[in-house]
Amino acid sequence: MTLAKHDKTLLVILAEAAIEKALVRDARERGAQGWTVTEVRGAGRSGVREGAWEADRTIELQVICDEAVADAIAAHVLQAYAPNYAVSMTFSRVQVLRPERF
Amino acid sequence: MIDVVVLFFLLGLFARLVGSDLRLPEALYETLSIYLLLAIGLKGGIELSRQPLAALAPQVLACMALGFVIPFVLYPLGRALKLAAADAASLAAHYGSVSVVTYAVASAALARQGIAHEEHAALWVAVMEAPGIVAGILLARWGMRQVSTDSTAAPAGSWGTLAHDVLFGKSVLLLAGGLLIGAVAGEAGTKPIEAVFVTPFKGVLALFLLELGLVAGGRLAELRRFGAAVAVIGIGVPPLLALAGGAVGVALGLSTGGVALLATLAASASYIAAPTAMRIAVPQANAALSITAALGITFPFNLVVGIPLYIELARRWAG
Repeated sequence: MTLAKHDKTLLVILAEAAIEKALVRDARERGAQGWTVTEVRGAGRSGVREGAWEADRTIELQVICDEAVADAIAAHVLQAYAPNYAVSMTFSRVQVLRPERF
Repeated sequence: MIDVVVLFFLLGLFARLVGSDLRLPEALYETLSIYLLLAIGLKGGIELSRQPLAALAPQVLACMALGFVIPFVLYPLGRALKLAAADAASLAAHYGSVSVVTYAVASAALARQGIAHEEHAALWVAVMEAPGIVAGILLARWGMRQVSTDSTAAPAGSWGTLAHDVLFGKSVLLLAGGLLIGAVAGEAGTKPIEAVFVTPFKGVLALFLLELGLVAGGRLAELRRFGAAVAVIGIGVPPLLALAGGAVGVALGLSTGGVALLATLAASASYIAAPTAMRIAVPQANAALSITAALGITFPFNLVVGIPLYIELARRWAG
């Protein structure tokens, strides 16, 4: 049996934990119906972020949504946060079973 | 003799500097910090239950004013040392706010030396957290308006969300909550939880300082990035602020221990509430710069050199 699958976009935003609330709020305002946040650690151009204490935490925010929604969120993040915060974003195509949920 | 808890801090610092793989689980750090904030609040609260609150109003107001004024003094200094407006304001906010752990180490040092202090001093800590942050944000907004008018990147928070985040953030909430619980329950009411919140306090503080040593060691390595200005501020500013704090303590008629604690609080720099709040309110500021000064330099300096110095100061002024 083959299940019916539907294309969606997975937007992954790596960002400082300080802006988690703002990111979630902005993503919802732009049409994200759900999101997943995990705490991560790593390094990049903004230096090493070990997540050892409050001001050093990094989050990964995943949103599965339509491509247009992902673009709207990303464009806003790029304009509003990227100039001053450590942020990086990736897009990938994913397949879901129940498209109305995303 | 150096206090035993400070030795744990030095062990953490050492472990980090030699590249040890020692790492405390993040959940433990979180648990320990919640414990410390609650325990410190409770201890102060029990004392509050014994005295009329109205009598403490002058102390509370003086502490808040002290925290609010400090950034206005430090901002021009930061600017004179060639820091950008946002950086100078953010750094000033860190020093206007306070470090709860530095306070805890100072009160442990006082206890060990048999110097009495106002047991409700945790109240001062609770009210000194926010004013410095507010002053820093005002300075940043004012200072950046001076240098440019462009506002391409909107700040992530309005004053409303900021007030919410500072007042209901972990540190103020737990400290104030502990104070309130202690004040309502009193000594008899808190007796059943004494075995958890009072007796093991110093051991928990030691463990927390081990972790902070690891974190501070990591920041120390960043020092090279920022150069002399940060080192000058990190070591030069705390003793000066301690003089101001000590003077306010004497003016309030505090005990020797109280003067030492207020001097320590004035000299300490926040590394929990302030970095988070400033990150949201003043995103243009380089967060690593303030944290390196507050946690990498000032925190170890106060622990090892500052606190004994401030206690001596209090002995001379109020002893």
